[in-house]
Amino acid sequence: MQGNEACVEGALDAGVTFYAGYPITPSSEIAEDFAAKLPRVGGKFIQMEDEIASMAAVVGASLAGEKAVTATSGPGFSLKQEIIGFAGMIEAPCVVMNVQRAGPSTGLPTSPAQGDVMQARWGTHGDHPALVLCPSSVADAYLLSFQAVNWAERFRTPVILLLDETIGHLRERVILPRKDEMVIANRKQPQGSPESFQPYDILDEDLIPPLPPYGSGFRFHTTGLYHDETGFPSNRPEVTHRLLERLHQKIDKYKETLFLYETYGLRQANQLIISYGASARSAKAAWRIAREKGLLVGLLILKTIWPFPEEIVTQVGHDKNNIVVAEMNRGQLIGEVERVMDKRIPVRGAQRADGVLITPEQILAKLEGVN
Amino acid sequence: MELEKYFRIEKLPHIWCPGCGHGSVMMSIVKGIDKAGWDPTKVVVVSGIGCSSRAPGYMNFNTLHTVHGRPIAFATGIKLANPELKVIVITGDGDGAAIGGNHLIHACRRNIGINVVLFNNQIYGMTSGQYSPMTPQGSMATTSPYGNIEPPFDLCELTRSAGANFVARGTVYHLPKLDNYMEKAFAREGFSYVEAISQCPTYYGRRNKLRSPLEMLEWQKKNAVDIKKAQDMDPEELKGKIVTGIFAEKDEEEYTSKYDQLISSVQGGKK
Repeated sequence: MQGNEACVEGALDAGVTFYAGYPITPSSEIAEDFAAKLPRVGGKFIQMEDEIASMAAVVGASLAGEKAVTATSGPGFSLKQEIIGFAGMIEAPCVVMNVQRAGPSTGLPTSPAQGDVMQARWGTHGDHPALVLCPSSVADAYLLSFQAVNWAERFRTPVILLLDETIGHLRERVILPRKDEMVIANRKQPQGSPESFQPYDILDEDLIPPLPPYGSGFRFHTTGLYHDETGFPSNRPEVTHRLLERLHQKIDKYKETLFLYETYGLRQANQLIISYGASARSAKAAWRIAREKGLLVGLLILKTIWPFPEEIVTQVGHDKNNIVVAEMNRGQLIGEVERVMDKRIPVRGAQRADGVLITPEQILAKLEGVN
Repeated sequence: MELEKYFRIEKLPHIWCPGCGHGSVMMSIVKGIDKAGWDPTKVVVVSGIGCSSRAPGYMNFNTLHTVHGRPIAFATGIKLANPELKVIVITGDGDGAAIGGNHLIHACRRNIGINVVLFNNQIYGMTSGQYSPMTPQGSMATTSPYGNIEPPFDLCELTRSAGANFVARGTVYHLPKLDNYMEKAFAREGFSYVEAISQCPTYYGRRNKLRSPLEMLEWQKKNAVDIKKAQDMDPEELKGKIVTGIFAEKDEEEYTSKYDQLISSVQGGKK
């Protein structure tokens, strides 16, 4: 199975019934696969006139009660940013799959890169939270796609599945979990009557309001302006403060359950490699070679990159004397690792941003005692 | 009165300036919904950004105030997700003709069952009076301080050519006619476009020697030409006139019903 195809399978198994998109390399297989598969399950696929319209249609479909997804790559991801922010502000569940290519601009459409790490975090304007998942195998693509849909529903937020060209186009054998082992999450529905319904009234401890679909009898107003519990605009400082804080808290509160990662050979390790996405495959090869050479190296592969798993990185990295962060950009996630380590431990970057997959040798070269 | 149930009375007074035509257009839409007999819980009113786009806030339906220029794209997602919903888009000449122009023509082409009502006040009101793609040539605006040299868009001609099932243009001055266009638009399957010429005394009138809302309405009265009469007039005579009336009335098949058939045939083929 191909990585892009696995994203579609994971999303469908999570209950996705709507896709809107625009053709762009290297993500087009996702659109093609949804176009073929959605009508078979009674779902809807539409190829919109542009990237922005695709994002808008996804949010519209989400409000009409569907689990909705779009997919894109760098240039399209840039175009979608305004409406990703809108989805966050109105709390519309949706998933954006970004199969990264080398940028900036049109860049290298069929080459791998991880240059959108910071854009996935900060691409849309304003001080918003972000939930971003990074698969480093085809199996991951399936599982994280499923997870992304679930989290979008549970937290009422856009979730970004950040692939790269290598993982998107990679074909490998995967054993998918049994469907009865997968737990599907659905957005909360209101308990009271339509007459007493206030769309942003926070009644539950999880800080997440229910979202009834259009046409279900619950009539309410939704706006990207700051709004109070009734959904209508307000510029009162206490209202704006409360909304922005809640948007962050509803995710922060569950942060530790959101950190997905893998670790290898941590016991007795005095050096650590941290990586994610396709780079993590080279990192794993580098780790294996280092181990064979007798070096005490550990490996941390991050699947959740935003919110940044600060606690995990601290826990795993605090007792090391060298940390290498391997990524296909000029150094994006390394900044977070440096911040967490606060100069107590040297942090080195193994970086590559020329459209070629980073090699194990490049990563090995940053470890101590290799030669 | 009878139509009050369609409004969120507690949200009034509205934000529009004294003499603005937008309230009249909003009322015309509500009358159309009432005539259509739609269940208010099945009606979704979507808007973009601008003065007209604030109307849904006062209307007691499912209402969605989106981002600038994209309400038709949001509405497309809503309608395709649940074709039982009655989806109305409220947009303006900036939102619908400038930043949102591409979505408008593609929604016409698909002939998706969305009813677009464009409040054309010929100016960017919310941002205090910049010229729009529908500002008449020669008009003064904050960004055309020496007069606008761009010709205005005729969106009725555009939407008709692009495939809309129903297209009409009316004015706030000729309200009963506008009510009639709304009724016809909402009764028809497929995409409809109704343009309502509205007036902005604050940012258009004051700069263009139309000193009061009344003068602006008189301008509408004087310059409106019925489409049937316009057919016999030469282009020189039609310069600066507003052609009103019904531009298209067709029964081409609607997009979501075609998609539902596609689903049936794909699922049927599998079994």
